[in-house]
Amino acid sequence: MSTPGIFVIGANHHRAPIEVREKLFVGPEVEAALQAELAVLPGIREFAVVNTCNRIEFYCVAADAESAARVEAAFCSRQRFDLSEFGKIRMDLRGREALQHLLEVAVGLDSQMLGETEIFGQLKEAYAAAHARKSTGPVLNRVFQKAFQAAKHVRSSTAITVGQVSVANVAVELALNIFGTLAEVRILVLGAGEIGEKTAKAFQSRGAATLTVSSRQAERATDLAARLSASTLPFEQREARIGDFDVIVCATSGQGTILSAAATAAAMKKRPARPVFYIDLAMPRDVEAAAAGIQNVFLYNLDDLAKIAEENRAAREAEIATCRALLSERVDGLWRQVEPQLESSAGRNGDKP
Amino acid sequence: MLASAPTRHLNGDMWASITDRDWLWGAATLYLAGFILGTVSLFRRGRPSNIATYSLIAAGFVLQNLGLAIRGHAVGGCPLGNNLELFQFTAWSAITLYLFVGVTFRSSLLGYFTACLAAVLTLLSLSLPAWDSTRRPHLFGGNPWIEFHAALALFSYGVFALLALTSILTLFRFYSLQSKRIGGWFSFLPSVLDLDHIGVRLLLAGVLILGASLAVGSAFWLRDTTTVSAAKLIITGGVWVAYAAAFTLRIRGRLLAKRFAWTCLVLFGVALLSLPLVDASRHPAPAADVRARHERA
Repeated sequence: MSTPGIFVIGANHHRAPIEVREKLFVGPEVEAALQAELAVLPGIREFAVVNTCNRIEFYCVAADAESAARVEAAFCSRQRFDLSEFGKIRMDLRGREALQHLLEVAVGLDSQMLGETEIFGQLKEAYAAAHARKSTGPVLNRVFQKAFQAAKHVRSSTAITVGQVSVANVAVELALNIFGTLAEVRILVLGAGEIGEKTAKAFQSRGAATLTVSSRQAERATDLAARLSASTLPFEQREARIGDFDVIVCATSGQGTILSAAATAAAMKKRPARPVFYIDLAMPRDVEAAAAGIQNVFLYNLDDLAKIAEENRAAREAEIATCRALLSERVDGLWRQVEPQLESSAGRNGDKP
Repeated sequence: MLASAPTRHLNGDMWASITDRDWLWGAATLYLAGFILGTVSLFRRGRPSNIATYSLIAAGFVLQNLGLAIRGHAVGGCPLGNNLELFQFTAWSAITLYLFVGVTFRSSLLGYFTACLAAVLTLLSLSLPAWDSTRRPHLFGGNPWIEFHAALALFSYGVFALLALTSILTLFRFYSLQSKRIGGWFSFLPSVLDLDHIGVRLLLAGVLILGASLAVGSAFWLRDTTTVSAAKLIITGGVWVAYAAAFTLRIRGRLLAKRFAWTCLVLFGVALLSLPLVDASRHPAPAADVRARHERA
């Protein structure tokens, strides 16, 4: 790219398995520092960062061809991730292809669970944050807003979201496959965020009676427990009390594991015949992977749950072609609007929005 | 081959010409039909055909009862005189348990696997002519307690057969959960906890029944230790000890999940293999023709 242009660079679930995505995951505090670093990178005019469990993508409008490499280098340096390794899993799309990708992400066509709608909200949040930081400009503002419109249009015009099974419901189904009934199943939710709450509610709706919430932030745990009519557990007691629970939903936002295989093994010695079901919805993962090797321990992470949720994907797959055709029309129109903007910005080379 | 005992005149010549083996072949065919129907249903519709399989097994059970009743009537007792009868009785025990208590397990796949097991046991026993070429007359010496001992022992094998089937279901359930596939016919498997509860109860029932059988048998053996060969004592005692040990280890939490299922499967294989050994280790008895005995009766 020798002229100003729009590009998206990053990595997502298509080529990066969960253990790689963990290394690439950008926590809230790191994200702020990364944003600040990108803001002063030479050649970058506008940018927005989409950072979810399944993807880290940098949407940028740049003045020159080398900007993408600079973004890539800055990101890998901050994550201490080998640049050449990143090159193997990297997604790098330019111009119209970048627009097409953004629109497909917004619709859920690029999601691990085809047609899921959560990504739409995450994309809106990412854009709102970038807009608030003033890191977007006329091009990205237009592109993102048009992407949201296109996503709404495609979702309402096709059956891409029909038959959608949420990760929370898959988790409940798995628990039933292990315990038969939820009436006597004791559930611990680690993390008081939205994902933990959704999963807890899914369990409650299927008859789970005993629910406990634990979080690093005790206040949030108390609030969520009050909403769910659940009890609370001090976060530091979580490992010592593993054996008291049958299902443990892990949805914290911290770095590193919070439940070790050793603690799990110790807990299982006290209850060898009763299974423990870990639902690890966190990114990075909360439960040490080795715990899956312990007898009567069932460990499912985000990828596992998404894979099961996609067992009924066939019906939605039939809609992909229709969605792409609809999006393609929108992308053509959008590209016709954006291209002149990019060309006109060439005259203001070096300016920041 | 042992001559078959014909049905007494029930309703004309047609019924009279049907022998005990014919009824047993009919039963085996129905069990096989239940298994084939279940397989076709699983592959075509992704779910077992509960009512049809149950009906075929029930119909097969009726025919098997007729066949075994004719044999029992002919020998004047429980027909446990050769390998064919031992395997038939084991299959009969497993089917009886399935028909009367299996439904409470709420496992739609249990019927499918029971049909498979019954078809294998009955077809195998009927297909090997040597297994039905001779039989021991006066097997129980006219002593109903010895007959009770033998029938109880064989019934416990039926319980262990059903335990082996639930063990197969357990292994499938673990495979399903560990390979992260819960759709398709895996969705008809009972939960891990339910299968474990069923397995423990069946194991306990089998150990108690076989234990009671051995207790009854040993009461008579102690009176005259020459009546039973050492080989038979060691084999039957060994089977009971192995199952009892498995139960103890399970209760103490030392034998769980897949290991428990594999143990129950292996033990049932050993128990099945022990049947011909037990039969062969009995004191020699002159071969007798069931038809001749029937005619004498």
